[in-house]
Amino acid sequence: MTILLHLSAAIAVVSTILVITRLNAVHALLYLVVSLLAVAVVFFLLGAPFVAALEVIIYAGAIMVLFVFVVMMFNLGSEIVDHERLIFQGPIWVLPGLLALLLLLELAYLILVPATANFGVAMIGPRQVGIRLFSVYGLAVELASFVLLSGLVGAYHIGRRYRAVPEERGR
Amino acid sequence: MTGTASLQFGLMLATVLFLLGLIGVLMRRNLIFVLMSLEIMFNAAGLAFVVAGQRWQQADGQIMFLFILAVTGSEVALGLALALAARHHFGTLDTDLISRMRG
Amino acid sequence: MASPLYLIPLLPLAASLLLGLAGSRLPRVVVAIIGVGATAASFVLTAWAGSHFLSGSLQGQTQVLYRWLSLGELQPSIAFYLDPLSLVMCAVVTFVGALILLYSAQFMAEDDGYARFFCFMNLFVGSMLTLVLADNLLLLYLGWEGVGLCSYLLIGFWYRERRNVTAAFKAFLITRVGDTALLIGLLLIFTQLGTLQIQELMQRASLQWPVGSSLAVAAAALLLGGAVGKSAQLPLQTWLPDAMAGPTPVSALIHAATMVTAGVYLIARMHVVFELAPIVQWLVALVGAATLLLAACSALTQWDLKRVLAYSTMSQVGYMLLALGVGAWSAAIFHLFTHAFFKSLLFLSGGVVIQGLEEEHNILKMGGLRRDFPLAFWTFLIGAASLSAIPWVTAGFFSKDAILNAAYGSNVGFWLAGLIGALLTSVYAFRMVFLVFFGERRLEPRRRQGLVTAVPLVVLATLAVVAGYLNLPHGGTGAFTALLRGSFLSTASAAPGEGGAAASLQVLPIIATLAGLAIAALLYLRQPRWAENLGTAPAIRVLHRFWFVGWGFDWLYSRLFVRPWVYLARLNRADFVDAFYTGLAAVTIALHRLLSLSQTGRVRSYALAAAVGTLVLLAVVVLR
Repeated sequence: MTILLHLSAAIAVVSTILVITRLNAVHALLYLVVSLLAVAVVFFLLGAPFVAALEVIIYAGAIMVLFVFVVMMFNLGSEIVDHERLIFQGPIWVLPGLLALLLLLELAYLILVPATANFGVAMIGPRQVGIRLFSVYGLAVELASFVLLSGLVGAYHIGRRYRAVPEERGR
Repeated sequence: MTGTASLQFGLMLATVLFLLGLIGVLMRRNLIFVLMSLEIMFNAAGLAFVVAGQRWQQADGQIMFLFILAVTGSEVALGLALALAARHHFGTLDTDLISRMRG
Repeated sequence: MASPLYLIPLLPLAASLLLGLAGSRLPRVVVAIIGVGATAASFVLTAWAGSHFLSGSLQGQTQVLYRWLSLGELQPSIAFYLDPLSLVMCAVVTFVGALILLYSAQFMAEDDGYARFFCFMNLFVGSMLTLVLADNLLLLYLGWEGVGLCSYLLIGFWYRERRNVTAAFKAFLITRVGDTALLIGLLLIFTQLGTLQIQELMQRASLQWPVGSSLAVAAAALLLGGAVGKSAQLPLQTWLPDAMAGPTPVSALIHAATMVTAGVYLIARMHVVFELAPIVQWLVALVGAATLLLAACSALTQWDLKRVLAYSTMSQVGYMLLALGVGAWSAAIFHLFTHAFFKSLLFLSGGVVIQGLEEEHNILKMGGLRRDFPLAFWTFLIGAASLSAIPWVTAGFFSKDAILNAAYGSNVGFWLAGLIGALLTSVYAFRMVFLVFFGERRLEPRRRQGLVTAVPLVVLATLAVVAGYLNLPHGGTGAFTALLRGSFLSTASAAPGEGGAAASLQVLPIIATLAGLAIAALLYLRQPRWAENLGTAPAIRVLHRFWFVGWGFDWLYSRLFVRPWVYLARLNRADFVDAFYTGLAAVTIALHRLLSLSQTGRVRSYALAAAVGTLVLLAVVVLR
């Protein structure tokens, strides 16, 4: 099992690197989907099948698809490529890379230095999640619905003008 | 679904993914890419939660991930709508050029 | 008897408030009724209180209203103290005040600021009554400041002309110097004696301070400083002539009958402190003597009618201070009493003439007006006679005589000064009379005075004659003096120097007065050529000029104080204190500019900043 774990982790990392280095938005999005799927496998292997399913269905299946729709609908993919070709070059990754490296070192120190033992993997299924969610975190569920509602209303309101045909400016 | 796993491994994975997302936010100028990198960061954070929850054998980690999902969802929706509005208003999606709040 | 005492100052103050708030909306008749009625009502109350007082014992009575402050040892109340001295002062203020206000009801009838005038006048009367009736020095100081304020407001009544405003400002500034001295004196008294209650502090002073001790000297000197400012004596006298810029009734009330006498009242009230510091008391007499001579000389040279009267006031208040200085307390107050009548009479009747000639003040341009202004002529003549102390038929004679007697008993030099002063007074008083009312008629009068203005003139004229009889010897001492004994009980010599001069020497003041009258008649009535010839001699011209500008004090103060100050102010035009504050602002703005450089408006730089911040924080955690 650990081999699968390591393998999925490696796939996730590699595809994430590819996401941030692509010029074409659609390509990047597709790589991002791969990364998410790999992370879902990791979830499953750690004994959390519920979130694994959620990762695939909602994250990769809804949110990323939304991204893809928007990018494709407004033809942002091709126009981005030209622009990016101009600017995405050279030593632009030096500073962020350096910063990230330092942070990595710091976090690695914080995580690896205290010695901890491995833990036994046991499954925590949807049933347990559900019980805990609706008993202890009942209020948080309501708040989450607020957030979703606000996102819905906001997106509808802001995006009202920009229908499929951008030139048309009706109400 | 059986066997042992290392907490440190999980957290390191989450860290690496998070930092990759951070590099993306700092490096890319296009608004869509920035949003994408943010998603990567959110996902990495969720991974950390789940790993910790599994370590302590509590469902709270998964629940936290659920909430992250809810937030991310609405954030993406709004973010994309704003990106479109920005493109319409400024004619570009380059974040370096959309800097009217300078000074 | 005690209960209506507080109404005496309260009624005019209330009237002032009412007129100030609503006066412009009320019809003029109502304004006049309120304005005059309040002070008149105060007089009625004073008379009533007086009659009760006289029938009882002549000791002082206090009415406490409420505690004003409560700060440790300092516990002044709003409390009024009625004793013979304050009774006399109240009577003077309310009676003369009511008459002057009656006069102004018609005199100021055509002025736009009618209601404002009565508001300020009543505020003034109220403040003066507070001052006079005050039981403690803090309340007295309140009244003191109040009259100073009203003086400023009323001198600058016609504020649209810069000259008037400047005069008002000058008056306020100079009296302020005196006020500050008074305040320091107050503080000294409080810290040393522990109370500001007047009767109380005088008792403690006589117990704690030996005669001639430096504390007593300091306190008395500071009180004198305050008195000198308000009463326009040396060296703070320069404001009074210029204060004639205000309307005539204002000059009559404030600068002739009441406010300038506040200083005299203060010294009389605090007589114990002065008796404990003989040097300062001597100084009081010296200041009085010097001022009376200086002012009399200056009065001789003025051509503005009101300025002559102003210098005359200065001179007469000098007499009062002289009396106080030699310890003749009742004589000083008696002279204050008679002076109130004849001086305000002079101002009011002079005002009739001035208004009749459409605001012409120059007496050299007037002449032969006794047929055009008959009432004004007779009343002015009576006033001038009283001023000159024409023997036996005027009130001024009795009061001045009392002062000279007392002065002789103390110091011949002071007596001599008073005598010369009497001569000069007679000269300038009759100079006015002859120049204005006799001789060739040069100006046409345009208006007559009305009936309402006539009444006060007649009343005051009558008093200017008969008031002196109040102090006729009556079983040893005069009735007035006996009355005031009650206020000056603690003094060893309540009326020193009475009858101190030999009978033969008592003739000399009479001779001086009549001689002055003769000189004036000669120079200004019979042989005006002589006066002109005299005036062309170069020595005389220099002297004349010197006396005209009030012995050069204005010039001196201008060089000594005003110019250096203005120079310093100009140097500091780019105010260094201000620079500190603008500097603060400039530094803040510079920092702001510096920091706004970090606001690039770009998402990436902000994200970078956040990342760096995280880096630093984690570094802190890691390195701990």
